[in-house]
Amino acid sequence: MKKVTWLAVVLAGLLVLPGLVQAENLTINAAGATFPYPIYSQWAHKYNSLTGLKLNYQSIGSGGGIAQIKAKTVDYGASDAPQTEAMLKENGLVQFPMVMGGVVMVVNLPGIGPGQLKLTNPILADIYLGKIKKWDDAAIKKLNPGVKLPSQAITVVHRSDGSGTTFIFSSYLSTVSPEWKQKVGANTSVQWPGGIGGKGNEGVAGQVKNISGSIGYVEYAYALQNKMAVTKLQNKAGKFLDPSIEAFQAAAANADWSKAPYGFYLMIVDQPGAKSWPIAGATFILLHKDQTDAAKATAMLKWFDWCYKHGGAMAEKLDYVPMPASVVKLVEASWAKYIKVNGKPVKF
Amino acid sequence: MAKSTPATSKGDTYFTRLTAICSMITPILMAGIFLELAIHSWPAIKKFGFSFLYTQIWNPVTEQYGGASSIYGTLVSTVIAMVIAVPLSIAIALFLVELARPGVSKVVGTMIELLAAIPSIIYGMWGMFVFAPFMAKYVQPALHGVLGFLPLFQGPPMGLGMLTAGIILAFMILPFICAITRDVFQLVPNVVKESAHGMGATTWEVTYKVTIPYGLVGIIGALFLGLGRALGETMAVTFVIGNAHNISASLFAPGNSIASTLANEFTEATTSMYISSLIELGLVLFIITYLVQVLAQFLLRRMYKSWSVGL
Repeated sequence: MKKVTWLAVVLAGLLVLPGLVQAENLTINAAGATFPYPIYSQWAHKYNSLTGLKLNYQSIGSGGGIAQIKAKTVDYGASDAPQTEAMLKENGLVQFPMVMGGVVMVVNLPGIGPGQLKLTNPILADIYLGKIKKWDDAAIKKLNPGVKLPSQAITVVHRSDGSGTTFIFSSYLSTVSPEWKQKVGANTSVQWPGGIGGKGNEGVAGQVKNISGSIGYVEYAYALQNKMAVTKLQNKAGKFLDPSIEAFQAAAANADWSKAPYGFYLMIVDQPGAKSWPIAGATFILLHKDQTDAAKATAMLKWFDWCYKHGGAMAEKLDYVPMPASVVKLVEASWAKYIKVNGKPVKF
Repeated sequence: MAKSTPATSKGDTYFTRLTAICSMITPILMAGIFLELAIHSWPAIKKFGFSFLYTQIWNPVTEQYGGASSIYGTLVSTVIAMVIAVPLSIAIALFLVELARPGVSKVVGTMIELLAAIPSIIYGMWGMFVFAPFMAKYVQPALHGVLGFLPLFQGPPMGLGMLTAGIILAFMILPFICAITRDVFQLVPNVVKESAHGMGATTWEVTYKVTIPYGLVGIIGALFLGLGRALGETMAVTFVIGNAHNISASLFAPGNSIASTLANEFTEATTSMYISSLIELGLVLFIITYLVQVLAQFLLRRMYKSWSVGL
């Protein structure tokens, strides 16, 4: 009999205690893009240990994140590609950039190491359009005197899955090449004029490593971790740069965010400034304008604010690029303007 | 009256009902999946009609979708896999049952069963990191050298592509076909085989005229099990097929299959027409698999009548 009583007490405790704890602590649910998942989960873990706020993030892809925030099954959504003003207004959403990533070009050519090959915007566009087919093409040779270029076919590698990286890269090509813009355009996946597809950054990195004479685009972190031969790129100011966190941040700082349309729809590609890397992009958070739960809205904005102000070092450790302070100011101003609980702005 | 009914009979009734309910789950699930696919692909069906099946354009920017390259890739990679796996697995099964010493047969047989237990993602990674470079370095240049006059074996040897995907698929379905075929051959009564030998038949004659016809139904069943798996295989194919939306005469060229397209593009498909078109691809795969099964039943009946001698 004693045993049974004990068991009942323990069981009751197990059932009731978590309920009590949860009642005290708020839970924020979110879903969306896979690219920022590693940093979102690190931030959430750290923030949870500081404040006790429980943050769930399902990394199911931007498409799923957008669908779920539209259906209001999550508190906020995340998307790699920014949504247009029309879509945001139609669904009563606000959108802002959370963290950035830089995209770099990697090549596999015998004897060529990181930073040895120089490329320009037109050459890169022509390679991806299939117009430059060999590595010893006159245009590449002229740009790289002293580099031994083999007479080898260029194998173009791209992402096979829909991805924010592809959105950034195809936006970049659309910006610098009118022909690309007209023939292909920009999206999370596009109709590639040629080449082979790898699944995920690791897939592209793997295939570039395997295939001699190949070129691909990957997030900076993958090129670093795999010690791949990244190329120098010429930016808008005409300077040839090696990719680095500073170069990505310079691009973001030089972009004119104050003129960006509603929802910060801005691609950080081909930006002015001598130190700006030409290919970078942000990943975005989607939130309903009209919040119903004041406590939840406050908690969410506090959390985003914390990520901006205290998450920078953690982001850089994972090779993400934190948003510049000037942009954060604009973003927080937009919160004050648009996010309301019962018609009143949210304090955070 | 109720009292006079034996308890066992009442139990039987319940048991019949229970099993009937259980067996109803399958057709209900099938119908449900089909309906769901049809409903969600309706916007794409309405917009593109039959042209979805034969246009090759797959352009998320302009929202033009055609599934021809994926459908083609699914069929071609499956054909390559079957052409390689079927003769190979029947040969292996015959060796294990008829010719090998019992010790060898046991060891090799277990290994083949283990092959079936390897998850498909492992095949995919092995395919990409080990097998594709091997293909690019040795197999494709050799094929190009000997059979390069055929359009099938032209183009730069990248290691990835339709041929590599077909071969990986062959490795994956081989254990299924082989294990079942071996079991079927073991079922052929020794008396029958011994009588054939006694009448002076050679091993080849016994195999061709007794063992294979005897186990025919089982072999065909095994083939279609392999076929079904090859049609729907996703991860391994995605790793090695090259993932390009194009139809090429060359087996060295990158392509895609329905399953690989779905695996690649579903997560980041944001517009409703994009999602609808992907779901329509799923519907097409569903219908292809269904038609293959119907065809299998039909063939089975015809061959059974004209060929089979037992079982």
